[in-house]
Amino acid sequence: MSRNQYQERSNVIRIIFITIGAIFIVRLAFLQLFDNTYRDLADQQALRNVTQYAARGLIYDRNGKLLVYNEAVYDLMVIPKMTKHLDTAYFCKVIGISREDFDARMKKACRYSTYSPSIFMKQVSKEEYGSWQSHLYKFHGFYVQKRTLRVYDKPIAAHVLGYVGEVDQSDIDNDHYYKQGDYIGKSGLEKSYEGVLRGVKGKRVMHVDVHNREIGPYKNGAEDTMAIEGGNLYTTLDADLQEYAEGLMANKRGCIVAIEPSTGEVLALLSAPGYDPNLLVGRARGENYLMLQRDIAKPLFNRALQAQYPPGSIFKVAQAMTALDLGVISPSTGFPCDKSLVGCHNHPSARTVQEAIKMSCNPYFYFVYRRIIQQGKYSNIYRDSPYGLTVWHNYMERFGFGTRIGIDLPSVKSGNIPDTNYYNRWYGAGKWAFSTIYSNSIGQGEVEVVPLQMANLACIVANRGYWITPHLVRYYGPDSTRNEEFYTRHETGIDRRYFEIAAAGMYDVVHTAGGTARRANIADIDVCGKTGTAQNIGYDHSVFICFAPKENPKIAVAVYVENAPGGGGFWAAPIASLVVEKYIRGNVTRTELEKYYREAAPCQKLPLTRISKKKRK
Amino acid sequence: MMENKIDWISLTLYLAILLFGWLNIYAACYDESHAGIFDFSTKHGKQLIWIGVSLFFALVITLTDPKIFSQTAYFIYLGALLLLVVTLFVANVTKGGQSWIDFGSFKLQPSEFAKFATALALAKYMSSLDLDYKLVRTKIVSWVIVLIPALLILLQHDTGSAMVFAGFVLPLYREGLSPKILIFGLIAIILFVVALLVNRFIIIGMLALIALFYLFVWLNKRTRKHYMWATVVFLACSLFTLSVDFAFEHILEPHQRDRIYVLLGKTDDTRGTGYNVYQSKIAIGSGGVIGKGFLNGTITKADFVPEQETDFIFCTVGEEWGFVGATAVTLLYVCLLLRLVTLAERQYSRFSRFYGYSVASILFVHVFINIGMVLGLLPVIGIPLPFFSYGGSSLIAFTILLFIFLRQDQERSKPV
Repeated sequence: MSRNQYQERSNVIRIIFITIGAIFIVRLAFLQLFDNTYRDLADQQALRNVTQYAARGLIYDRNGKLLVYNEAVYDLMVIPKMTKHLDTAYFCKVIGISREDFDARMKKACRYSTYSPSIFMKQVSKEEYGSWQSHLYKFHGFYVQKRTLRVYDKPIAAHVLGYVGEVDQSDIDNDHYYKQGDYIGKSGLEKSYEGVLRGVKGKRVMHVDVHNREIGPYKNGAEDTMAIEGGNLYTTLDADLQEYAEGLMANKRGCIVAIEPSTGEVLALLSAPGYDPNLLVGRARGENYLMLQRDIAKPLFNRALQAQYPPGSIFKVAQAMTALDLGVISPSTGFPCDKSLVGCHNHPSARTVQEAIKMSCNPYFYFVYRRIIQQGKYSNIYRDSPYGLTVWHNYMERFGFGTRIGIDLPSVKSGNIPDTNYYNRWYGAGKWAFSTIYSNSIGQGEVEVVPLQMANLACIVANRGYWITPHLVRYYGPDSTRNEEFYTRHETGIDRRYFEIAAAGMYDVVHTAGGTARRANIADIDVCGKTGTAQNIGYDHSVFICFAPKENPKIAVAVYVENAPGGGGFWAAPIASLVVEKYIRGNVTRTELEKYYREAAPCQKLPLTRISKKKRK
Repeated sequence: MMENKIDWISLTLYLAILLFGWLNIYAACYDESHAGIFDFSTKHGKQLIWIGVSLFFALVITLTDPKIFSQTAYFIYLGALLLLVVTLFVANVTKGGQSWIDFGSFKLQPSEFAKFATALALAKYMSSLDLDYKLVRTKIVSWVIVLIPALLILLQHDTGSAMVFAGFVLPLYREGLSPKILIFGLIAIILFVVALLVNRFIIIGMLALIALFYLFVWLNKRTRKHYMWATVVFLACSLFTLSVDFAFEHILEPHQRDRIYVLLGKTDDTRGTGYNVYQSKIAIGSGGVIGKGFLNGTITKADFVPEQETDFIFCTVGEEWGFVGATAVTLLYVCLLLRLVTLAERQYSRFSRFYGYSVASILFVHVFINIGMVLGLLPVIGIPLPFFSYGGSSLIAFTILLFIFLRQDQERSKPV
């Protein structure tokens, strides 16, 4: 037998070795070069992103008073997988929950994930946390995460400030900044200034081992980011005035809007009944929210921005200005008080525009509106009226009516100023004329106005012809950013002289015999106002707009009291004048009047609930 | 007698693997609070001791007369068998196997030493002057020499180590074993896998088609002999296929069945049986091209892969050194194996050549099974990566195995 028999077989063996080596290298290439899923899986299980929540910005009033601040609370977190050796009975005793409660919470956490942390108990107060903090180390798999909750110094301005809640799926879908469990402004300033207030979340990337224990910061913290605190809001609200106005609206439904006419700064804005903003914070939030939602007085509804009311007689001021500007009447035009055309109260016929405003004569404005709508452009009234209506609609928009006023609060309604399309839809083209739509002249009919627009009308007269977008925030953030939109003048384009007539008429409303709002009279302060009594299906609404003083006005107010029989002069006017007095003088001298309106309820038959009791745990 | 220098290529490859292996053990056990290299309470510290002991053995072997190994081959073999038997009686159950003898301060795994003992004995037998490998008796004796230690190890429930003995097919093949054995082995493995995945009747149908194709199209020689062969092979394969289910259910243990199912993708259990391989693939796959860097493996540091410093050490390489490092290690092994084949071929004594092939084959089976398992290509079978994995017994035994051959090579003699 030759020594080297079968020597060629060594090559077969070499080929086997090389083949296997090649297979391994190809396999490695597939795992390491062409497939990124393993990298993601590795990061998922070995790294934990710990969110560093940013403290939300604070909110101040115009005088530097703190309205909203934060308080630390703690979310008790659990990683179910790590709680195997938990002494459940002891745990329940320390934390202070029942066994059933524990099981339910644990089941919920397990349903989310047994490996990832989820919230076991939400928003534990500092005191409660302090009571078992020292025991927490004994419960493997549990830890706390610090969060902040809103605290409202006084139970006021709930509708303005809005509330904060946990993000829902649509928030997450809209903005990928948000993750499950984050908070977001749901309404009010909290919502419209969310981007400023929320700050920027930070994160720490922790390296965790197979038992989910943190080993240390990943890459020594190279991928960590710091949380940046939210920016503060410096609002235009006057906290004292707001609180005072809310007190006046007790037992009533309606709203008050007070604006500084020269700047458009909103001094007070409220909707009654209101609620304590502290109700919508913390663990009782869901329960309280439901309670408020079910309340038939609709405390969550912000009437000042969202209620579209018939404006009533206050609307006449805008009609007079429009007609004067169009030249269809002159300041000294007089019309008879013909009650056969439209109902009116007993008063002498108005001989001038100023008198008409003072006495709020319905037939007078019937004639005024007819001159606006039927200008005689066409001999056929069915063609003439649409032309006139279009001109009128354009004027109304210049007053801000029928438009969404750009206030820095969400969900503002635009009201309704009907145009030709509107009536064509209702009656058909060419089938309506002035006689169909004359109710608009006195702020009834199809006209709907938002209370903010009513206050804005008072501002326009106070400014004698222009308005500045009403707003609630002067500046915000660390750089005191200002919104340029809030410094632009919206001109009505109507001559200043005509507004002087309107102001004089409104002065007479309060100060002269035959005026409809003598109750709004304040010694030393020239209040100019206009009453309205808006008819609706139930009891009439009581409306009043005013500004004061007559020259260089400091404040313009609109008050709307729902279902308050007795007219604008009885309910809304004195309330508005109290607000004016409080703001201008700082204190109110007419204590009897104040006491009466604080306690009075316009209509006992309607159920009213004022929720102010603090129901937080 | 000519004195040669020790083969420096093999020596360099050996030392490179040893050093890189230790670095990876250090990384796998790395703990920032115990970072000292010479802390002998840690695994990487202990491994340093084992490396020292191994090098000491290597030195001793290099200084001894190489003839002593061929002369005492049978005694060493018998000694190893005795140790295996003793192990069966005194060993404690560790990790499902009972392959350790506890000496108090350290533990010995006799199965590691049985490998080179068997190689020596088989080489000795195969180099007998009057041996004729064509005789059936010779074949039987050679297989008995292999199977006795393999069975003893199987009795210790150490399937992985027992499988290593299948590696002796390669040196036997080099010395004249029919290649049909290799081919049949390959066919058996393929049939086994296919039988688990596909309906057995489909397989038998396919086999019949192949047999007919072989007879009528490919060969087109329809003699009685060919008919007979085709029928016999067909029947054997069919029978094998039919018996796979039975063997799978009754001979394999449950954990082995699970591991095979996981490999074949029939069960997707990344938390249970499939956990090791799943984590191993994550570690390796997340390494990318150049890896996360030494001591920076997030999976390695966080103990996600069980047995990472021993059987799964290769995934540390994959994670921290990436494709570059893992390929380098694979190539180091392939180079070492090819070098050993070359060395074996230049031997003039049949004993040395056979022993050389045995060394290459034993190392090959380890590398094949270990890396194949870590990469998820083979079922989980716990055997170490030679010179790389943590463990004293295996490192020392592999070193002795290799250096006996390098010593033989050093004094290879001219033909008489």
